[in-house]
Amino acid sequence: MANVVVVTSGKGGVGKTTTTAALGAALAQTGQTVAVVDFDVGLRNLDLVLGAERRVVFDLINVVQGVAKLQQALIRDKRIETLWLLPASQTRDKDALTDEGVAQVIGELRNRFDWVLCDSPAGIERGAQLAMRHADQAVIVTNPEVSSVRDSDRIIGLLDAKTERAERGERIGKHILVTRFDPARASKGEMLGIADIVEILSLPLLGIIPESQEVLRASNLGTPVVLSDPSSTPARAYLEAARRLEGEDLDIVVPTEKKSLLTKLFGRRAA
Amino acid sequence: MIWTLFKRRNSAPVARERLQILLAHERSPLGRSSNLISVLQEDILAAISRHVFVEPDSVQVKMDRGEQISTLEIEIEIPNMVAPPLVARAS
Repeated sequence: MANVVVVTSGKGGVGKTTTTAALGAALAQTGQTVAVVDFDVGLRNLDLVLGAERRVVFDLINVVQGVAKLQQALIRDKRIETLWLLPASQTRDKDALTDEGVAQVIGELRNRFDWVLCDSPAGIERGAQLAMRHADQAVIVTNPEVSSVRDSDRIIGLLDAKTERAERGERIGKHILVTRFDPARASKGEMLGIADIVEILSLPLLGIIPESQEVLRASNLGTPVVLSDPSSTPARAYLEAARRLEGEDLDIVVPTEKKSLLTKLFGRRAA
Repeated sequence: MIWTLFKRRNSAPVARERLQILLAHERSPLGRSSNLISVLQEDILAAISRHVFVEPDSVQVKMDRGEQISTLEIEIEIPNMVAPPLVARAS
């Protein structure tokens, strides 16, 4: 039986899709079977970040509506054979998703995989609520910035009210993943610190992903960041976050960019 | 001048404080914890309003959580125009 995880945030552009791809690849690398599901109907991007955009034939809506079978829509990753993608539809809108249809698809995925990661659309409307509906755990992606933290707080409220687990009176595991963190700016007091975010949202931290050029490079290439350069700081941070998601108790250290003496001397950003 | 430049940098504490106040307000309808600040603010405002006219946002309640003790900072702004007796006594 799979562990169903929703990757959500409320606010758009904070790194949900990058995170879904990276955590999915990190978990699948250990040999566990992982399905990453794109719930962003009409604005799908998980296929692009995973480099599978030209292999999409059927999508989530086709499966929900019974036009295609689940195994016809699932796309196997070319690099990690235990990683599968269920893409969203690009042409339909989110109203084509029914509650029963989504419940059935998640139920089937739950039986076939070890992990099901649902990439939520931005917002707090129906699409986001459907993505979180059947989750056992939630990864709340937050940027160290006021509007993102506020929206995360809103999403936490929804997770505690609108998920199946919450309605049954059960606990849903919630973790914060801080992305686009700049340790230098935070230490100067120019950016919210990790302690501030954790205290305000009062949830455990899954990891800290530093602001890095490598993240953009990975999405340019269509390769999850943990595969494009596994030794890079964001890749290492994602690999550790995945282990924490599995329940490992690892110390969290604020990641720092490796800077050469020259860049330090001239104060330029490491490329 | 140098002091202003230095002060300008530390915007994170402002962000943190604004968020704490805002979220305390926004959480209350959803029934989440830590709405103490908004409850206190409303009660204080109601008490003051019985004697002096004050704007709703003139009562600021801030909470600083420490490991051993937490402190509560309450700042109430009273307009001079509508409370002449207080002003006269103060000056």
